[in-house]
Amino acid sequence: MRRNGPLALTFHALFVTFILAPIVIVCWVAFTPEGFLSIPTTEFSLRWFKAIARYPEFIQAFWNSVLLGLASSVIAIAFSVPAALAIARYQFAGRDALTALFLSPLMIPHVVLGIAFLRFFSEIGLGGTFVGLVLAHIIIVLPFAMRLVMASAAGMDRAIENAAVSLGASDMTVFRRVTLPLILPGVLSGAALAFIQSFDEVTMTVFVAAPGTMTLPVRMFLYIQDNIDPLITSLSACVILVTVLFLVAIDRFYGLERLLSGYTRDE
Amino acid sequence: MSALAAPHRRQFTPWLLSGPAVLLFVGVMVVPIAMTVLLSFHDFSMSKGIQPVFILRNWHEVLTDGYFHEMFLRTLRISVIVTVACIALGLPEAYILNRMAPRWRSLFLLVILGPLLISVVARTLGWALLFGGETGLINKTLLRLGVIDSPVPFMFTETGVVVALTHVLIPFMILSVWTALQRVDPQTENAARSLGASQTTILRRIVLPQVMPGVLSGAIIVFALAASAFATPAIIGGRRLKVAATLAYDEFLNTLNWPLGAAVAVLLLVGLIAIIVGSNRLIERRYAQVFQ
Repeated sequence: MRRNGPLALTFHALFVTFILAPIVIVCWVAFTPEGFLSIPTTEFSLRWFKAIARYPEFIQAFWNSVLLGLASSVIAIAFSVPAALAIARYQFAGRDALTALFLSPLMIPHVVLGIAFLRFFSEIGLGGTFVGLVLAHIIIVLPFAMRLVMASAAGMDRAIENAAVSLGASDMTVFRRVTLPLILPGVLSGAALAFIQSFDEVTMTVFVAAPGTMTLPVRMFLYIQDNIDPLITSLSACVILVTVLFLVAIDRFYGLERLLSGYTRDE
Repeated sequence: MSALAAPHRRQFTPWLLSGPAVLLFVGVMVVPIAMTVLLSFHDFSMSKGIQPVFILRNWHEVLTDGYFHEMFLRTLRISVIVTVACIALGLPEAYILNRMAPRWRSLFLLVILGPLLISVVARTLGWALLFGGETGLINKTLLRLGVIDSPVPFMFTETGVVVALTHVLIPFMILSVWTALQRVDPQTENAARSLGASQTTILRRIVLPQVMPGVLSGAIIVFALAASAFATPAIIGGRRLKVAATLAYDEFLNTLNWPLGAAVAVLLLVGLIAIIVGSNRLIERRYAQVFQ
């Protein structure tokens, strides 16, 4: 294989700048000592990070998001493990249709889902509730969990299960002691990806959340619509920092590429 | 009694296993979407609210009014340009990444694909900070250097929305092309080179045809996400530059005309499905010919 030439490396440098510039600028502006948006050059200050503490609605929204992410990713995994096992290892009529159904939230615009959930929840009395929010988030994060569990179930050696059965293990024992440990990397990374998806979701949630159940990205989005000030940059910098730490941890333990295979189409 | 030892039970097993998820999806997704389709045929008035009758007025309005045409055409235009930009920038970058030494490659994959997991709101905010009015970093610098007399218009422009959306969605294209590149045997390139092919010929005749399925599936993902994008056009475009998704949002949460908003949303959904299914068919037919 040939090495990249100078032209290719220049393109690469410009491309990486394009990708990083908006992210870096947010973190940079967050350290401004001024009361307005500016790029600090000589003096850096944490005043806008400290200022976050004076806005309890953002703190509340952060905890809402964490709780929502945990609840929806755990429940989505509980639904997707058996379903993914069914799809990965059985040939049955309706298998393709089932796969399409479970992956469909990836292709349905989140605006449409938001509108559908808003109407549905207000009709059945769940409008603006946390339960409604969890249900809605389970639907949108389930495809990500499903993809990764399916991939690990498909790659598993079934002879080990057969051995356990021939030694007299019950279905439940086989699942608990053999199958689950073998697909665990897929299950955990599926849960991680589902959590991130839930934590970052804005478009659908903006329809479903009420003031009391608002998530952090929705609050930030609504805040930005009114005005852009240093406070929102320090909040964003915190969100970016948490995501980057999460990302590095995932890359170390599981491999980012494998995790992100949850984003590509069925190949 | 094990499931493996009872073949007659096995045909039910997959349905038993996936049953809970199917019920959840039908109850919480299929039914609400069906209700939204129904809602788009209901009547609405400021005094009486939503009337559960069957009328075609919302659809007539959405399909014939020039205002809605403008919004949907703009959405289509932005999505096409973003898709083309993602191919034009993402394809060479994925190829360059693939030729890097493994250590650099994994570092830059992390840098380029990582932003997928960073909040869209935070990423879009970055563009607003770079170009937003006279306080934007780039505008300020260019003004000070005397390159421009007035700030480059970015906020509330289609260019701004296209640039920010390309930034948000390009990792999907890179991921897709990258996955396709992993399956290309590097020996095919070497074989072409040893037979005297130039670098351009190798790219055009050897590499490109092999990664084309990855480019096309990446293009479909990018197009679908660009057409349904909400937060980025809402922040950069604001109220002045609406696209389909922000239009539906306004009908729902500001004008409160839910039936009309539902018609906009359903049209977006139907249009998108038609385009995705259509292009999938086209790609399959095209590739059936290539591989014969």
